[in-house]
Amino acid sequence: MLLLQVIVGGLLLGAIYALFSSGLTLIWGMMNFINFAHGEFVMLGMYVALLVVVWLGGGPATFGFAAAVALFVLGVLVYGSLIRHVTRGPMLAQILSTFGLALLLRYTAFWIFSANIVSLPQTSLGGTLNILGILVPVAQLVAGITAAVLTVAMHLFLTGTTIGSKLLAVAEDRNAAMLMGIRPDRMQALAWGLAAASAGIAGALMAISYPWSPSVGETFGLMAFVVVTFGGFGSVPGAMYAGLIIGLIQALSAFYFGPIYKDIVVYGLFVALLWFRPQGLLGKA
Amino acid sequence: MVKQVNRRTVLAGAGAAATSLATGASSVRAADPVKVGVLFPLTGNAAAAGQASKAAVEIAAEIVNDAHPELVGIPLAKDAGIPGLGGAKLELVFIDHQGNPSVAQQQALRLINQDKVNVLLGAYQSSCTLTATPVAERNGIPFVVGDSAAGNITQRGFKWLFRVTPIASDFAAAYMTFFADMNKAGHKVASVAVVNENTDYGTSVGDAVEAAAKKAGLTVSNRIPYSASTTDVSAQVLQLKDKNPDVVIFISYTADAILYMKTMKNLDYMPAMVLGDDSGFSDPSFIPAIQDIAQGVMNRSAWDIGKPGSTTSKINDMYKGKTGRDLDDTSGRNMQAMLTLADALNRAGSVDPAKIQAALIATDLKPEQLMMGYRGVKFDETGQNILASTYLIQLKGKDYKVVWPDANATEKLVWPMKGWKA
Repeated sequence: MLLLQVIVGGLLLGAIYALFSSGLTLIWGMMNFINFAHGEFVMLGMYVALLVVVWLGGGPATFGFAAAVALFVLGVLVYGSLIRHVTRGPMLAQILSTFGLALLLRYTAFWIFSANIVSLPQTSLGGTLNILGILVPVAQLVAGITAAVLTVAMHLFLTGTTIGSKLLAVAEDRNAAMLMGIRPDRMQALAWGLAAASAGIAGALMAISYPWSPSVGETFGLMAFVVVTFGGFGSVPGAMYAGLIIGLIQALSAFYFGPIYKDIVVYGLFVALLWFRPQGLLGKA
Repeated sequence: MVKQVNRRTVLAGAGAAATSLATGASSVRAADPVKVGVLFPLTGNAAAAGQASKAAVEIAAEIVNDAHPELVGIPLAKDAGIPGLGGAKLELVFIDHQGNPSVAQQQALRLINQDKVNVLLGAYQSSCTLTATPVAERNGIPFVVGDSAAGNITQRGFKWLFRVTPIASDFAAAYMTFFADMNKAGHKVASVAVVNENTDYGTSVGDAVEAAAKKAGLTVSNRIPYSASTTDVSAQVLQLKDKNPDVVIFISYTADAILYMKTMKNLDYMPAMVLGDDSGFSDPSFIPAIQDIAQGVMNRSAWDIGKPGSTTSKINDMYKGKTGRDLDDTSGRNMQAMLTLADALNRAGSVDPAKIQAALIATDLKPEQLMMGYRGVKFDETGQNILASTYLIQLKGKDYKVVWPDANATEKLVWPMKGWKA
């Protein structure tokens, strides 16, 4: 029973990893662009949730939606004001631009929200379900289901709709897409908006269970990179599988070996996987 | 007869006469102030704690320098200045070491050589205290440590170092005495779990608590070191649930302490008692985050505001008037250090470093002379206060109340804790 509880906990944790990682893999898949500010988007999603709860009230549906909308707008703005310009520059400028953006967002958050740890007041999702003796925190369950649904929806959107095809076309060959009458800027702005929105929802859902401060983006940003590399850069389903696997390994190794060993186990396997399969689980070679 | 007055030897009572007779010597006053160099992190990560402690030692200096007859029991509060030094006042010279040990070392040297301070006090982070104190030792200047708790600070054979605060082993000893009291009262404490964040702080306190528990004949069911930046503690909570100890002792920072309380509720695990070791459990954001789910958790603090009208309550009013906040345990320990130093200066009757050192060695303050909940102040040969101790407090509603030891308790202990079932 205890083992089952550990496994369920690990899978729920993994679903959340998958949720906040999918946005990162989307931008890479769309633009071959690494967004170091992704963890900060998650952090901002958490603060949007807090502000909505404190100012307007409302449940997780309200603040989750608000975080998604706010971050979508931010993602589009970031693309229009920063990314569009640096993609014309050298590779190093591209990498460092989002790194600078990450620091800008983090320290702006420090300035506005201070370094104090905050957490959401108890919400309607604060309870725990007892399913045949397995305890499942509702907030994590909802986050897990949302993650799964969003991941699948994003995958279907990319592979089954016209806009999705246009997005992929731009990713494949920008010039060829332009010749086909696709406006790459619009598509890429949309990709940034979607990626940031998914980070925003992830942040809002995680805010239900985790206390945080402006530096939380660092932790989540790093985890997102691990998940995306593990799953294969650019692959949305890959991020899903990788998130679940990493969550499960962490939970099992933390329970059986002790929490300080869980990262050794995870990163050990991570390095081993890259040794045998550098493109990740589902990445294209 | 007029006695010669110089900076190092101000004779009681003679200062005033000297001033009136000395013509044109404006630098000679009633009694030259005693310069105390104070090292705190006034910027950087720990700036909030450093600034709060700065305000606390300023209040301590105010208590000594001005007449505060209402603060019954506190040495030197009654009259203005230090009687033993002809009414001399404390002059504080603050230095910001930014939490950087090498800056702390340089600034300690600057305080001694350039500012010519008579005595030093500080330095919050143990790492900074470890580098600043050898400078004082080499120069033969007394250094009073207010709140740095690392064990090795007093294990270097220093002769000029005096630490007023309790340290890890004192806290561990207090916890064991508390458990013994609980067993006597019929609340079974046979096994404990020690959960600690894995940097210097958590590891050293965790080691001390585990050792003390084994010595006291308790079973240590789990010892769980973890990283404070973790985002998930379900596995740890399940380990605890599996072994089911009577008491779980957390040595944690803020976010992780909150996460543990939330996860314990989510996984329906509540031991008879949770005992937090200050830090995260004392952070202002801890109580609002967990008050609905962790009623009755215990914590330690040597500071208690006390009843309205008490000396401690009046001191808290002074502090609140200056900062807008209640005095906290850490700042209170620094305030107590400054008051202890002032008492020694008074008995030294001189600012000669050797005389101050001798007076500090002879310190013997009783509990009623203290603002903090120590059993007294008396230094052993390593410079550690052997009477340092702590209260245990329990979360009731939105506040912690002192519940142990009985003599100081303001409310009755609730055992077992109620958690979310309150």
